[in-house]
Amino acid sequence: MLYQNGIPTKEDIMGVTPSEERFAKGPVAIVECFQKIPCNPCTKACVKKAIKVEPDINEVPVVDFDSCNGCGLCITRCPGLAIFVVDKTYSETEALVKLPFEYLPVPQKGQVVCGLDREGKELGWFPVVQTFSGGKKNMTWVISLAVPKELAMEVRSIKVGGYKDGQ
Amino acid sequence: MRLQEHPILEFNRGEKVTFYYNGQEVVGYTEETIAAALHAAGVRTLGHSPELHRPRGLFCAIGNCSSCFMTVDGQPNVRVCVTKVKAGMKVEEQKGKGVIQDD
Amino acid sequence: MIRDVEVLVIGGGPAGLCAATAAASLGAKVLVCERDDVPGGQLVKQTHKFFGSEKQYAGDRGIHIGQMLVENAVNDPNIEIWTDSTVLGIYEDGIVTVLVGEKHVKVNPKKIIVATGASEKFLAFPGNDLPGIYGAGAVQTLMNVAGVKPAERVLMVGAGNIGLIVSYQLMQAGVEIAAVLEAGPRIGGYLVHASKIARAGVPILTRHTVKEAYGDGKLEGVIICELDEKWQQIPGTEQDIKCDTLCLAVGLSPLTELCWQAGCEMRFIRELSGHVPLTNENLETTVEGIYAAGDVSGVEEASSAMVEGRLAGYAAAESLGYEVEKAKVLKADAAAELAELRSGPAGERILAGIKKSEALYEEVKGGK
Repeated sequence: MLYQNGIPTKEDIMGVTPSEERFAKGPVAIVECFQKIPCNPCTKACVKKAIKVEPDINEVPVVDFDSCNGCGLCITRCPGLAIFVVDKTYSETEALVKLPFEYLPVPQKGQVVCGLDREGKELGWFPVVQTFSGGKKNMTWVISLAVPKELAMEVRSIKVGGYKDGQ
Repeated sequence: MRLQEHPILEFNRGEKVTFYYNGQEVVGYTEETIAAALHAAGVRTLGHSPELHRPRGLFCAIGNCSSCFMTVDGQPNVRVCVTKVKAGMKVEEQKGKGVIQDD
Repeated sequence: MIRDVEVLVIGGGPAGLCAATAAASLGAKVLVCERDDVPGGQLVKQTHKFFGSEKQYAGDRGIHIGQMLVENAVNDPNIEIWTDSTVLGIYEDGIVTVLVGEKHVKVNPKKIIVATGASEKFLAFPGNDLPGIYGAGAVQTLMNVAGVKPAERVLMVGAGNIGLIVSYQLMQAGVEIAAVLEAGPRIGGYLVHASKIARAGVPILTRHTVKEAYGDGKLEGVIICELDEKWQQIPGTEQDIKCDTLCLAVGLSPLTELCWQAGCEMRFIRELSGHVPLTNENLETTVEGIYAAGDVSGVEEASSAMVEGRLAGYAAAESLGYEVEKAKVLKADAAAELAELRSGPAGERILAGIKKSEALYEEVKGGK
């Protein structure tokens, strides 16, 4: 239970997951923010105005999946590091998961890393497809991993260190 | 151990100097507090309680509590968590409650 | 010699710096006394991004917000900042004494804004004085200010925002977190902070506490156990956690010594985390001309402390006769911002405390 151990339940996740029809159209932001806290930088980060925290700053964010184009700008702007982008159109068998990362060393493109689920359980080794720095001041990295499609809504973290080279 | 790299921070430690901890030479930096330099050198026990002689370490690190009192250059009850390192400074574990030296 | 000032701000943290800048923006001459050798308060070690809205610089890291607040204050010709300056006392005749370095200085302010913040609470258990047991803020200072790796393996006590955030920051410094304990039935901090460390594999154990700490001259391990619904330890649930460091993140207490000494009416208000000076809607205490802003009048997030500082700063300048009309508008804006920040479930507790404080203030003032 989220309030007991910090791990969102399947039901929590279902509530913020777009339909398979939407997934079929391309990348989309998954905002795993389930608590009413006073916070809204995600709404300003989105150039499509697809994320709304309304009517009050204490509401949980709601994503309009039809407006969201999965650009990922919100990932590094969320103070809670709670936003991910999933692209199930990446390949026939794989999806792309973009996640925020603030540890060292930063995984590099071409390496394979151990992916973790929301409990920190190891899910396997996945190639790093792309890395993107949030910039000098923001300092949050976005790491894109190619994962089997069925794990697209499971992989949410990277085990720090011990990265391997190659595919 | 001092952190050499950090995902968010860069550290400005100032100039490398040596000072003395219970007569032993220790490396410190002029922008570091004595407590930080001692921690980096692996020293976590800074003193002993005056009555029961139980070991005492750092607790608050911002000058609120009195857990880190040491004798520095003869002056007792110095909060080493907010006192910067100086070259050649003599830092000693304090015996008892300490007596303030007359100038 | 006595130094005359219009507004004296005691404390150069988020509340104090914002108070100074606000009062100065209306024309008041301000002196800030900061006991540390740099201003910024505890923002200097907050490497995480802040919550709130744009108006409180949400999305920026605490360290960067601190740097910006310091720059604003330093570049303001109406503000003077004294560092390494500890305020020692506020006297009956209005004189304030300050230890500036090794020098004893007297200041005669027209208005005082107390923004002294809070200190970490302690916890009672056998072995709690062993070296290796720290306030969570202390390891944060060691690693984020001094850049010293403070531990190898840490047990964190308290799943409020400080416990969760410091756990994450310890991992960023390469330290292992054995677990985060929380005596209560629910995680008290923001769940996004909890989820961030949960997905790194850190167990968060609610209804758990420290039974005892052990070690020969320094901490070597901690016996933890479960708590029942009445907060009593459940025998047979003990676990031995090997660790070299135990961090206590069990709340903060307002640093109110100067308020007591100045004769402010003080009350214990649980929701505000301890004894606090009673304040009105201008954040003025029961002693006319003395204001309190930030954690000193109720422990809360730094974003609220900044807005409280602004409100107190405008109010102090207004009472000196600076831009009275403009001050009223700015005060109303700040009050609206605070109301917004506190309007959700996360703000319920603090709001209840402030209501009590304001009601008691009225009672005390009305009775006189």
